[in-house]
Amino acid sequence: MSKPKFAMYWSGSCGGCEIAVINIHEKILDVDANFDIAFWPVAMDAKVKDVEALEDEEILLCLWNGSIRNEENEHMAHLMRKKSKLLVSFGSCATEGCIPGLGNLFPVAELIDTAYTTLTTDNPDNIRPQTVTQVPEGEITIPAMKDRVHTLAQVVDVDYFMPGCPPESHQIAAVIDLVIEVLQGKAELPPKGAVIGAGHSTVCEECPRQRNLKAIKAFRRIQDVAPLDPELCILEQGVPCNGPATRSGCKARCPSVGAQCIGCYGPAEGVVDYGARLITAFASVIDSKDPEEIEQILDGIPDPAGQFYRFNLADSLFQAGAPAFKKNEV
Amino acid sequence: MERITIDPITRLEGHGKIDIFLDDKGDVANSYFQIPELRGFERFCVGRPIEEMPLLTNRICGVCPEAHHMAAAKAADAAYQITPPRTAKLLRELLYMAFYCTDHTTHFYALGGPDFIIGPDAPVAERNILGVIHKVGMEIGGKVIQMRKFGHKVVEMIGGRKVHPAVAIPGGVTKILSEGERKEIEEMGRWAIEFAQFSLQTFNDIVLANQTYLDLIVGDIYRDETYYMGLVDKNNKVNFYDGKVRVVNPEGKEFCKYAPNEYMNHLAEHVEPWTYLKFPYLKNVGWKGFTDGKDSGVYMATPLSRLNAADGMATPLAQEHYEKMYETLGGKPVHQRLAIHWARLIELLYAAERWVELATDPEITSSDVHCKPTEIPTEGVGIVEAPRGTLTHHYWTDERGILTQVNLIVGTTNNYAPIQMSTKKAAQHLIKGGKVNEGLLNMVEMAFRAYDPCFGCATHSLPGQMPLEVRLHDQRGELVDVVTQSAIPEPLSNAEIA
Ligand code: SF4
Ligand code: SF4
Repeated sequence: MSKPKFAMYWSGSCGGCEIAVINIHEKILDVDANFDIAFWPVAMDAKVKDVEALEDEEILLCLWNGSIRNEENEHMAHLMRKKSKLLVSFGSCATEGCIPGLGNLFPVAELIDTAYTTLTTDNPDNIRPQTVTQVPEGEITIPAMKDRVHTLAQVVDVDYFMPGCPPESHQIAAVIDLVIEVLQGKAELPPKGAVIGAGHSTVCEECPRQRNLKAIKAFRRIQDVAPLDPELCILEQGVPCNGPATRSGCKARCPSVGAQCIGCYGPAEGVVDYGARLITAFASVIDSKDPEEIEQILDGIPDPAGQFYRFNLADSLFQAGAPAFKKNEV
Repeated sequence: MERITIDPITRLEGHGKIDIFLDDKGDVANSYFQIPELRGFERFCVGRPIEEMPLLTNRICGVCPEAHHMAAAKAADAAYQITPPRTAKLLRELLYMAFYCTDHTTHFYALGGPDFIIGPDAPVAERNILGVIHKVGMEIGGKVIQMRKFGHKVVEMIGGRKVHPAVAIPGGVTKILSEGERKEIEEMGRWAIEFAQFSLQTFNDIVLANQTYLDLIVGDIYRDETYYMGLVDKNNKVNFYDGKVRVVNPEGKEFCKYAPNEYMNHLAEHVEPWTYLKFPYLKNVGWKGFTDGKDSGVYMATPLSRLNAADGMATPLAQEHYEKMYETLGGKPVHQRLAIHWARLIELLYAAERWVELATDPEITSSDVHCKPTEIPTEGVGIVEAPRGTLTHHYWTDERGILTQVNLIVGTTNNYAPIQMSTKKAAQHLIKGGKVNEGLLNMVEMAFRAYDPCFGCATHSLPGQMPLEVRLHDQRGELVDVVTQSAIPEPLSNAEIA
């Protein structure tokens, strides 16, 4: 009997998700043993036309990483959706737009203008990349950028979401084990739309640092307070840590080396608006009952747009450079 | 005008594409290597706090986030005019050496190396890590996996995460290394030195001992005489983390040497409308188009360029191999692009030796890992050697340390013009009189791979593995044939242009 088909595809991402998958080391051989790798540009030689030739839903499992930044990404998203039975939005870029989603704070023309007018750019004719260029020998083309970063689920129907920038390798290994068990009839698939490869609580729940010992009078920047006390909660030492609003699953990696959580696992379970949850959490460690003073202290956070929507702007209620955030920009 | 489109996988992939145009005689008139994406970091990092730059710019490239992490932290140090404590610098460099070992190993065994280990003519489907394991045996395959594991383990121990580390901040690092951790890291480093030597031996046995491969390396197809760039320490030895950028001319003579904050006097970036990526060049030579030689400002920044630009390696075993390479290839500088693979392994050995040096430094476990800022931040430049080329981050901030302007010249970008030239040259050698030589796909792909191009930095795709497809069009633009890698070794002699 032929093995079920597996695919992994990347779009507007950094390649870190691919590295995270390669970092499951020997376990990659399990994937090889249980699946026929139908399409995985980084590892195998298969072409888009091979995918196009497949029956609809012939690929059992497709891990998609990367956001939808240009028209090609969108085209491929539709193709992979059609050919895959289970489409997993893999990693932060696909799931919530990730850091490149901060591009949505600006009109796309501004992103382009900046890149081709930097101080080292030699551009006397003020050239911008063109989707179609007439060169002496003929015509060549590049894809157009979309007006903003979209998540995968904003473009096609998604079956599962796997957060993390990138997902931690032990979580990837666990998901692969689960899928193999499902194939062997030993386990069942989670309900459609589920978040897989992550925990159900917050990073704080996994964090070994001690909490609720201190309240703060002001927010401070990490370079102004480091080295932090290695035992105490980073947030309670005054450095904005995103642990309270962020989904568990990474084993609190960043606080374990003295750095604040920046929120790469996305909103914790049940959180509708990540930023709003984080503001509430920050307010709760402030040593004041006076709403005005609390607000003043919160104003000490230097970059609210980045702090509260660093990874999930493209998936937040404030999409596409909403004016509310524009005003915070320099 | 006839056209051949070489497209990694397909035009719809968005991972770079080459259009080759033929003249009336059917020879190559020109070629265009296009990069189809831009994400806009230089704009959207404006408004962000400077201490977040090591975390935000990690996400430029998941293949070498460590390089962006370090360049960003160094630019932030400079903006605050802080010299981090010695231990902070040692820890950053230690993390960075472990990363280098992992990254160079990945390239040699999984991405670029399979061209040699499996053979340049092998089907692409076999030219991957599984194919390598098949050819060299599980024992070696196991070592490769072990090396990647160890490297990432150290990155995680010091940096918190295996991909996108979180440890470097303006003024130092947030992590203090325990003696237990130090010991473990030292042991892994000693193993890495052996692994690197073993890898050089493998290269010697499989590649250098094979006359066909050797001819390929020293032959003319992959030769361009350009300037070479690399970071050097105060003795002009290769350094990945710190020092000055040195550039030698095509004759190997020092052309310039600059401190990070002087880079703007030396570099400029040329723009073409048909690609999203810019072409850096040496400002004081000038942009003369896609051409090599002393009058063209095109330079290369790869493992080979670093070795060409330096006077040697700072560690003893790597130095021995450095001497051997130049002896074998006829002295400095080496212009043959395929020698990049050899240079990469010598760098692997250097990184492993340096790893142990750092791990055994008595100050590595000191708790003095950070220095608080006292000055108002203004502007700073940070430069490190990323595996794929010199990486420059330049930030301007307001008095609170909020970014007001950002300029980035990233690793692979340095090599955009040389890659464009190398691919054109390979095409010119292999397409004559309208005939597409059957080695074309493989050879053009090898020209790519030697650079280990990582357009994750520039855009988002991974180094190496770029399956190719050649599309042949006649004068009316009709598609007459499509040739893919997997078609090799089927005869391609019928792949003539109508
Ligand atoms: S706020 Fe941060 S440091 Fe504090 S407990 Fe949560 S994750 Fe840990
Ligand atoms: S601590 Fe936060 S930022 Fe760090 S890996 Fe975990 S979720 Fe991501």
